[in-house]
Amino acid sequence: MGKELRLMKGNEAFAEAVIRDGADGYFGYPITPQSEVMEYLMVEKPYEKTGMVVLQAESEVAAINMLYGGAGCGKKVLTSSSSPGMSLMQEGISYLAGSELPCIIMDAMRGGPGLGTIQPGQADYFQVTKGGGHGDYRLIVLAPASVQEMYDFVEISFDLAFKYRNPVIVLTDGAIGQMMEKVYIGEQKVRLTEEEIKEKYPWATLGKTPDRERNIITSLDLDPYRHERHNIKLQKKYKEIEKNEVRYEEINCDDADYIIVAYGTSARISQKSMDIAREKGIKVGIFRPISLWPFPKKALRQLSERVKGILAVEMSAGQMVEDIRMHAVESTPVEHYGRMGGVIPTPNEIVDVIENTFVKS
Amino acid sequence: MSDTITKEQIFKPENIVYKKTDLMTDNVLSYCPGCGHGTAHRILMEVIDEMGLQSKTIGIAPVGCSVLAYEFMNVDMQQAAHGRAPALATAIKRLLPDKTVFSYQGDGDLAAIGTAETIHACNRGENFTVIFVNNGIYGMTGGQMAPTTLEGMKSSTSPYGRDPQSMGHPLKMTELVAQLPGTYYVTRQAVHTPAAVRKAKKAIRKAIELQQQKVGMTFVEVVSNCNSGWKMTPVDSNKWMVENMFPFYPLGDIKVDGKLVKEV
Ligand SMILES: Cc1ncc(C[n+]2csc(CCOP(=O)(O)OP(=O)(O)O)c2C)c(N)n1
Ligand code: SF4
Ligand SMILES: [Mg+2]
Repeated sequence: MGKELRLMKGNEAFAEAVIRDGADGYFGYPITPQSEVMEYLMVEKPYEKTGMVVLQAESEVAAINMLYGGAGCGKKVLTSSSSPGMSLMQEGISYLAGSELPCIIMDAMRGGPGLGTIQPGQADYFQVTKGGGHGDYRLIVLAPASVQEMYDFVEISFDLAFKYRNPVIVLTDGAIGQMMEKVYIGEQKVRLTEEEIKEKYPWATLGKTPDRERNIITSLDLDPYRHERHNIKLQKKYKEIEKNEVRYEEINCDDADYIIVAYGTSARISQKSMDIAREKGIKVGIFRPISLWPFPKKALRQLSERVKGILAVEMSAGQMVEDIRMHAVESTPVEHYGRMGGVIPTPNEIVDVIENTFVKS
Repeated sequence: MSDTITKEQIFKPENIVYKKTDLMTDNVLSYCPGCGHGTAHRILMEVIDEMGLQSKTIGIAPVGCSVLAYEFMNVDMQQAAHGRAPALATAIKRLLPDKTVFSYQGDGDLAAIGTAETIHACNRGENFTVIFVNNGIYGMTGGQMAPTTLEGMKSSTSPYGRDPQSMGHPLKMTELVAQLPGTYYVTRQAVHTPAAVRKAKKAIRKAIELQQQKVGMTFVEVVSNCNSGWKMTPVDSNKWMVENMFPFYPLGDIKVDGKLVKEV
């Protein structure tokens, strides 16, 4: 953790982390509630400090394809958007996954469907963890629950993106993006030189030199058998990610009778619910998936063996709860509590649900 | 004629009439015999070769018949989603300003699904080169109507001829982008005769040279045939192109040194 302490909004912390981590390029299109990311970058002028490119694209469609171009050259590139913009980017995300290109896509979810609302939501869970675009692909999805994590997850995400040559989604919402908290800032990293990129990422298109064959970045293969082999290779990679990159947090789970499973904003609110419940003598713990894909299924399963009930709290009609139900032991009841359309649940609402569905029954 | 030339004589450097550039791979072209795409590929690669730019060049292949351009062009290449090549090229050139970057796109790719990316890249004055192969049709998908399809021209989705009342008018993207301050050199060429090929190659050379000076977008349209999509022999298609395409898409420079040289 860095030494410099600042008070920042989540969106600003994310943007600052991008500069400090030595990103090469940001390409984005304004949309509430995350426009501060590009605004912050434009004010900070990283192109003067580190040489990082910041470009306002004509659409999310263009932005995601700019990521494709940049990532294909081995550059550290990212975009940020919100739900309607994410929907527009799905074609490009599928291409990025197919061509195995690293990048970060931050999604500050808002209530949907359609234009929906600008208020926070968590209804893009299916879209980012199950697909969204066409084809058999997976995205690494990380869900920060604090301003510090908005900062820290940039470095982690870039590392994962390049380690696996895969897009990484930072899944957040307007509440995390807009709230202000103290955040420790890391040192300024130096951007990779072209020589270093060549060395580290021999697949990058940087110009064909006599020492190697030409590099091609493509998701196309008209030979079905070869293309199936490519798909098998992708699936192997996803298995590897599922094995190595599961992240979660357990709070007061050791003695808990009931577990709230929640991520991001919902997890923050649920922490308050947990405190209220414990004051009332109800032993509640929190299981917070940090990687939504790969979903922490093993840890959840083990936990589910020990508790009397699980409540999924999501700002959606119930999306993550499907994964919880799939992995929790059958003998433990799994319920869902969600608010939709941009409504954030209150801590007391959640406590009431625990009391009514589990404790009193 | 008794003095036949021997194999040994043919191989003598002084007897070489034409040598394929090393920047074209030995892969068999996937284009229909008689199609202009192959020639357009070749002259582009000859220019990159002659300028010694292979190690600095990154090309973008579109979705269209030339989707496999990366199989034939011996330079580093990326294959873009349909219409998005200018977005890829924008980022590549911004991140690597000293590289030579080109997008190679068909008329469906550039003037229909990719209209926004094309216009905005041109309007921002991105310093890359667009090679725009306009054959007035969607070749790859079997000859459907393109935004560039001429009035009255038949295609599989305008089987009775394009009716502008219900199907819109043919779009002159090249004239359109020439009006944007971000474009520096905009020209329309063809590759149906040796003379046209020489001119088109000169234009591409000029565009790539200007790109080195970072003066803004350089845009070369190549009006081409699609003998398969037009359902003609190669010879007939070239004749048809001269008689029908050229009057609507007249050849020649449209913008030179950042100034319009033609009324658009
Ligand atoms: C998003 C998307 N929509 C549609 C297609 C199908 N498609 C492939 S090529 C093509 C048209 C290409 O025409 P053009 O750009 O004129 O290239 P040509 O083959 O004529 O050279 C279409 C519609 C696609 N690949 N992707
Ligand atoms: S379909 Fe048309 S554009 Fe495509 S290769 Fe054949 S002639 Fe050329
Ligand atoms: Mg065409």
